[in-house]
Amino acid sequence: MDLNYTPEEKAFQLEVRSFLKESYPKELQDKVSKGIALKKEDYVRWQKILAKQGWVAPGWPEKFGGPGWSPVQKYIFDEECGTANCLRTVAFGLVMLAPVLMEFGTDEQREKYLSDIYNSDVWWCQGYSEPNSGSDLASLQTRAEKQGDHYIVNGSKTWTTHGHYADKMFALVRTSKEDRKQKGISFLMLDMKAPGVTVDPIITVDGMHVVNQVFLDNVKVPVENLVGVEGEGWTIAKYLLQHERTYIAQVPRSKKQIERLKVLAGKELHNGKSLLEDDRFRAKIAEIEIELLALEMTSLRILSKMSAGQPPGSASSLLKVKGTEVQQAITALLMEATGYYGFPYFKEVLKEGWNEEAVGPEEATFLAPHYFDWRKSSIYGGSNEIQKNIMAKAVLGL
Amino acid sequence: MNLEFTEEQVMLQDALNKYLEKEYSFEQRQKLSRNGVGYSEENWQNFADMGLLGVPFDEQYGGFGFGATGLIVVMEAIGKGLVVEPYLASVVLGGQLIQQAGSEVQKEALIPQLIAGELKLAFAYVERNSRFNLADVAFKAEKEGDGFRLSGKKSVVFNAETADKIIVSARTAGDQTSKEGISLFIVDKGAVGLSSRDYETVDGLRASELDFDGVIVGADALIGSLNEAYPVIESVIDFASAAICAESVGVITQLREKTVEYLKTRKQFGQPIGAFQVLQHRTVDMFMVEEQMRSLAYLAAIRVTDGTAEERLKSVSAAKVYLGDARPIVGEQSAQLHGGIGVTDELDVAHYVKRLTMLNVLFGDRDHHMQRFCQS
Repeated sequence: MDLNYTPEEKAFQLEVRSFLKESYPKELQDKVSKGIALKKEDYVRWQKILAKQGWVAPGWPEKFGGPGWSPVQKYIFDEECGTANCLRTVAFGLVMLAPVLMEFGTDEQREKYLSDIYNSDVWWCQGYSEPNSGSDLASLQTRAEKQGDHYIVNGSKTWTTHGHYADKMFALVRTSKEDRKQKGISFLMLDMKAPGVTVDPIITVDGMHVVNQVFLDNVKVPVENLVGVEGEGWTIAKYLLQHERTYIAQVPRSKKQIERLKVLAGKELHNGKSLLEDDRFRAKIAEIEIELLALEMTSLRILSKMSAGQPPGSASSLLKVKGTEVQQAITALLMEATGYYGFPYFKEVLKEGWNEEAVGPEEATFLAPHYFDWRKSSIYGGSNEIQKNIMAKAVLGL
Repeated sequence: MNLEFTEEQVMLQDALNKYLEKEYSFEQRQKLSRNGVGYSEENWQNFADMGLLGVPFDEQYGGFGFGATGLIVVMEAIGKGLVVEPYLASVVLGGQLIQQAGSEVQKEALIPQLIAGELKLAFAYVERNSRFNLADVAFKAEKEGDGFRLSGKKSVVFNAETADKIIVSARTAGDQTSKEGISLFIVDKGAVGLSSRDYETVDGLRASELDFDGVIVGADALIGSLNEAYPVIESVIDFASAAICAESVGVITQLREKTVEYLKTRKQFGQPIGAFQVLQHRTVDMFMVEEQMRSLAYLAAIRVTDGTAEERLKSVSAAKVYLGDARPIVGEQSAQLHGGIGVTDELDVAHYVKRLTMLNVLFGDRDHHMQRFCQS
């Protein structure tokens, strides 16, 4: 056992570091470190730079344009991106749909969509949840009826992240009613600009617009936009969710957030001492640090197994639960550290070009809204309770 | 980076697991635990023959040179089997003190004997009011001719009863809690003036209260430099803490597996109780703690082998804090999920719970390690 990088891994780390130093735009770094809301063009700009370098899709096999990295190299890349305050690439196309097309799609579909995903020329969103189908996703009601060489889609999708940016949506729809609700679900790709698609913003508790409800009213989808076999979409849905869950552990980001928390706690005073010197507050930080240390090591153990050619196992649910618990605990402590300065609420602060003086510590701005918003992390991607159901069944055999 | 065990380590683990499956049923373990000395000399010799006793020692003294990471495989199996043989006391604590602080002469004389199973050691460092502070040493060693005179008491010394030699921490200079002025001495168990009161521990091991009434030892009984033993003691206790964290992983794994198995077979309200979601989620909590604990135990073992002092301290304390969390989530919960049978002496589960609970205390509890983690 050895946590040290090999000379090759070290060289790779330096290569990534110097690339990020040279190529990651300063404006984006500022925005991410200050927590300023990111726009579509920010994501596209960075993803195009990464694509040019050949690094935008570390998870893709080489034959589809992936860089052919080992699991350890992928880890190093993530770690370096986290340290450099890089914005995270958007998962919907690169991390979710692309592996599905590689596994279940036709050659034509791969030909048609993968390079647009790779080059960020098409923005994808995910049509999974519905107003009446959250944790019980398989109960979804959106219907797709085949009429000639089209499906006619009717229903509604919700919590659609970046639906207002998206060119296309991949969606789970019901193509037939069967004895089991998991049967008769199909995986369709549809055009967000098609007639009958309406996107309504949902403003989240922090006052921001990230998610939407999408209404589908007699939307025509060509039959060639079906992925995999009609009625077998549930298998694809589960495959995709595994990719999503591993992605949301976010260890490097949490490490960065703990640094931020320590800086803030080092400045805020209680009884004339900094919060970092307050035994109770320090212990609360330590509890998170320890859980994160364990989570990082658990991720590394999974990587190490994959490097040795073994499958990752049912680890994605564990990473999702622990990863989001850590993230939420950090947002709570960040807010706590600000004390009274959790109250001032300037929505404009996240917009570019806002230069007014902060009320209270500059670092405290928007931490309370962020805490409220981040409650979502234990809900999305399959709620943490659902993850426990999955582990009970898949790992423990209960 | 590589977090897999070597082929040799996996082979050793397989051999040990096979041996324990065959020779170490729960009933046999209970018999050994209550046979008066608390273990089996035959098992001990078999461990020696398998090479187990040489795992953490340098190759030049006949060991495997596996370090703490190699020790993980042994300690996890010891946890799984609730092994009562004095591996921790003799090989880990005693052996590491010699390995880290002993002179060339002492190492060459003692380590090969330890590895062969011919010599057993115990480490006496706890005092009535020292709690978890390794520097709180009232036990005195004074110059006497060429050698030293040792006076004082040591508490809860594991496996001292059957040890051939005791290594004891003593104050040779400075105030009672000063990190400077502590020294280590190795003393024959049969030395004149050394008396012991031996007893069973709650988790099925044996320990002793030792009373040194002016025990005279020669100059060659000193291990390491005079007055400078504290860093060695701290480092060895960290090493041993990493080892018991790996032991706890074995215990936790057993408790989780046994509890899940029970949930599948025990029926109430006309169905296996494992069908109830509230119980499913609790066992998943146990599973997650198991995986996270395994991660921290590995990390601690890696850091006590090749980390900086700060990395060592942080990772060991992190693992011990987590072990403190595992006590309610895995220990108390396993008993709860078994219902009444979980608190009987007859069922192995209660004994795993006891061991897990006491491992939390050993070498400092959650509060102690939380404080240490925060101060580093």
